[in-house]
Amino acid sequence: MADKLIQTIPSPIKSRRFFDGNMIALLIIIMVAIPVPLLLQAGQESVAIRIVIFAILGLSWNIMSGFGGMFSFGHAAYFGLGAYTSSILLVNFGISPWIGMAAGMVVAAIYGVLVGWLCFRYKLKGTYFALATFAFAEMLRILVQSAQAVNASVGYNVPLIKGSSWWYMQFPAGSSNYFWLGLILLAGCLLATILFARSKTGKFAVAIREDEGAASSIGIPVLRYKLTVISISAAMGAVAGVFYTQFYLFIDPDLAFGAYRSIEAILIPVVGGIGTIWGPLVGSLLLAPLNDITAAILRNPPPFLDFMQGQSGLDVMLYAVLIIVVILFLPKGVFGTIKDKVKRR
Amino acid sequence: MNPIVSVEHLSKSFGGLRAVHDVTFSVEQGIVLGIIGPNGAGKTTLFNCMAGLFPPTSGTVHYEGVDVTGWSDAQLARAGMVRTFQLMRPFGSMTVLDNVAVAAAARGANERESLQQAWEILQQVGLDHYATRTSKDLPTAGLKRLELARAMALQPKVLLLDEVLAGLVPTERQPVIELLLSIRDNGVTLLFVEHVMQAVMALSDKVLVLNHGEMLAYGTPNEVVNNPEVVEAYLGDEVRNADS
Repeated sequence: MADKLIQTIPSPIKSRRFFDGNMIALLIIIMVAIPVPLLLQAGQESVAIRIVIFAILGLSWNIMSGFGGMFSFGHAAYFGLGAYTSSILLVNFGISPWIGMAAGMVVAAIYGVLVGWLCFRYKLKGTYFALATFAFAEMLRILVQSAQAVNASVGYNVPLIKGSSWWYMQFPAGSSNYFWLGLILLAGCLLATILFARSKTGKFAVAIREDEGAASSIGIPVLRYKLTVISISAAMGAVAGVFYTQFYLFIDPDLAFGAYRSIEAILIPVVGGIGTIWGPLVGSLLLAPLNDITAAILRNPPPFLDFMQGQSGLDVMLYAVLIIVVILFLPKGVFGTIKDKVKRR
Repeated sequence: MNPIVSVEHLSKSFGGLRAVHDVTFSVEQGIVLGIIGPNGAGKTTLFNCMAGLFPPTSGTVHYEGVDVTGWSDAQLARAGMVRTFQLMRPFGSMTVLDNVAVAAAARGANERESLQQAWEILQQVGLDHYATRTSKDLPTAGLKRLELARAMALQPKVLLLDEVLAGLVPTERQPVIELLLSIRDNGVTLLFVEHVMQAVMALSDKVLVLNHGEMLAYGTPNEVVNNPEVVEAYLGDEVRNADS
């Protein structure tokens, strides 16, 4: 009888295939995105690129703070370390940004682990941890700003080359290759997130986020996994920084380490959906074009916005409104809320 | 037979407060030890010291003959000495199955093994109906079982159970008691802090009584309940409470 009862409940364990729903979604997104630059008009390309950069930065924050529950207010540090490491290597030694990117990822990861270790060593949590990450990022900004060895507040110009080169991540202005390069990097980061979420490290990270003490009581080495998660997140943030520099061909301490960079990293997943795989991409698709849309509207304003003609700042206002709306009505973000609704059905 | 756990002269103070003072006892493998005492007697502190939540002020804890004083709770859990919490602490956003599987993974099982094992444990503790629900949707009785299931996924040799029956209505207690007995029958040594005397009498091979952080008595359940000091310090209260 008892055996029969057990039989009636089917085992929920399905053999996990490598190509699950998320993987298929990723493939579809790549397929859809590939022809995008061919459809865009001149000038819209930079919007597409910004979506990519924002998305990578958001994905990075999402690993550490969304999945890992360690609220970072200093993601500019990882972004900036990536940007600066590759710029220094490229400008001073002519080393390819691909190698610079790898080096930047390592540097950012080491920095992340060091700062994380210090914070956890002194048992900083929640708000205090967030403030500490912010303070360290600001410290980096000020350090770089005053260090002559890295051009202080002047920053770096990426040396221009003739023609286009994938090896040097540089193409003529307006080339579709920039978008495709970004797409490769973004796809890599999305793939990394999918694999992370299903990995043991990802599961442990969520367990630690939910209840650190309980996680420790079932044998999870909490500190080690927290630092692992930070290093993955930091490495991803560095990727965004390198790509940013290669696209805009310029980096300075404010662009790299400025506080608004950290805020961007937070807002994208908050709007899209914290702790979900697709949240940062959704958030980036919504936030990144805001600037350009408002600019376009104000260039030729509808009658009720006449008074705004030629003014700037509408995008920031829309930002604020959007964020208030999301926090009030979609506390789990756009993607997170949709995901919950679908699941409950 | 060598004891699987032995505690020697264990003391723990928080500032000036002596929470546990000079407690010495040992437990043989496969027995059930009930730990009782009035509120504030140091039962949970004793557990926390043994489970590695914080180190004792003085004294030692041996597990399987190894001095494990000062080990972290995670280290001890992986070695097979696992504690559960009085207040249930599920990983709220994870499914019930994943809650248990993650514990198996922490022990070192691969993904497939840990899911399979988690599923078997859920069937054993009667939570299989809830396997794919998120754990924060479970009722209290379910969370208690989940707490146990998660500990079992570590294939423990010693389980430290902090008031597994607290918060359960009497009809919910009996299945949990039976579950604990079946765990014991698999050779797991159980140490449990409990206020429900009926359960203590039914389950325990030995009973340890703490009062003001000190050991008041240690013996079989019958010896303990007939010990006048124990009646004075603790059971008298129980009787009075039962009367009122």
